[in-house]
Amino acid sequence: MEIGLAHYLTVAAILFTLGIFGIFMNRKNVIIIMMSIELMLLAVNINFVAFSSFLGDLVGQVFTIFVLTVAAAEAAIGLAILVVYFRNRGTIAVEDINMMKG
Amino acid sequence: MVVQALAFYLFATIAVLSATAVVTVRNPVHSVLLLILTFFNAAGLFVLLGAEFLAMLLVVVYVGAVAVLFLFVVMMLDINFVEMRQGFLNYLPIGVLIAVVLFVELAFVGAGWTLTDEAVAVLAQPTPAGVGNVEALGRLIYTDYAYIFQSAGLVLLVAMIGAIVLTLRHREGVRRQKISEQVKRTRADTLEIKKVPVGRGI
Repeated sequence: MEIGLAHYLTVAAILFTLGIFGIFMNRKNVIIIMMSIELMLLAVNINFVAFSSFLGDLVGQVFTIFVLTVAAAEAAIGLAILVVYFRNRGTIAVEDINMMKG
Repeated sequence: MVVQALAFYLFATIAVLSATAVVTVRNPVHSVLLLILTFFNAAGLFVLLGAEFLAMLLVVVYVGAVAVLFLFVVMMLDINFVEMRQGFLNYLPIGVLIAVVLFVELAFVGAGWTLTDEAVAVLAQPTPAGVGNVEALGRLIYTDYAYIFQSAGLVLLVAMIGAIVLTLRHREGVRRQKISEQVKRTRADTLEIKKVPVGRGI
């Protein structure tokens, strides 16, 4: 019962798919959408570390540190924007975010 | 080896189940707590892969900072989450369809790639033998990747300043202590000496 690279890649693929699924299912709630993005970044990190471990190359883990950094920055800025938006509009529903007519 | 396999299946199963629950439960607070569970189990997977430093980093950064930030925001905003849930079932077919398509594509990619001998021969930074994971990573990020590591710190600094600038606000009508104005006061601003004539008053 050897656990190989394919096992970890499968877990990462399932987590990534769940992230996409979450974005499509929670069309109104921005907070859940941001959590789904965090799940997808976690799946990417698992891929990096799995390849790094099984190929014996440390750069994958170094890159994972940078992905973590960017994910933390993204979460902080995203939640700050969310708080400001809620303060101005009183809602966080994605459908109501149409001020810029994009 | 059996213990390792069992640990893998335990961590992987809990991670996948809790990730499923993150996107499907009704209450966003439960959602955040399940996200924390997912990250803990992913950290367990990292330990199994031999990346102890990243496992600790995941627990500290994600559980300690990001998830708590999410929890703060979820509890701070006064949102009607029942209303938010409306239309959940309408999106179920398209969501499942896209997820299945994406997973099949990922499975094709996963089944299709092979590792050539040339790729193994040109590893950028082979894992050194006889050195722990933390020490090996430290030797790398403070030497070859020092500039990139510093710029990662800059990214965090900019994010911190940006978050403060975005959310800081000065409310009207709130009296605050203005120390600079207090210090700037001179005697001429506040004191006036009057000559009071005798017998007349001021």
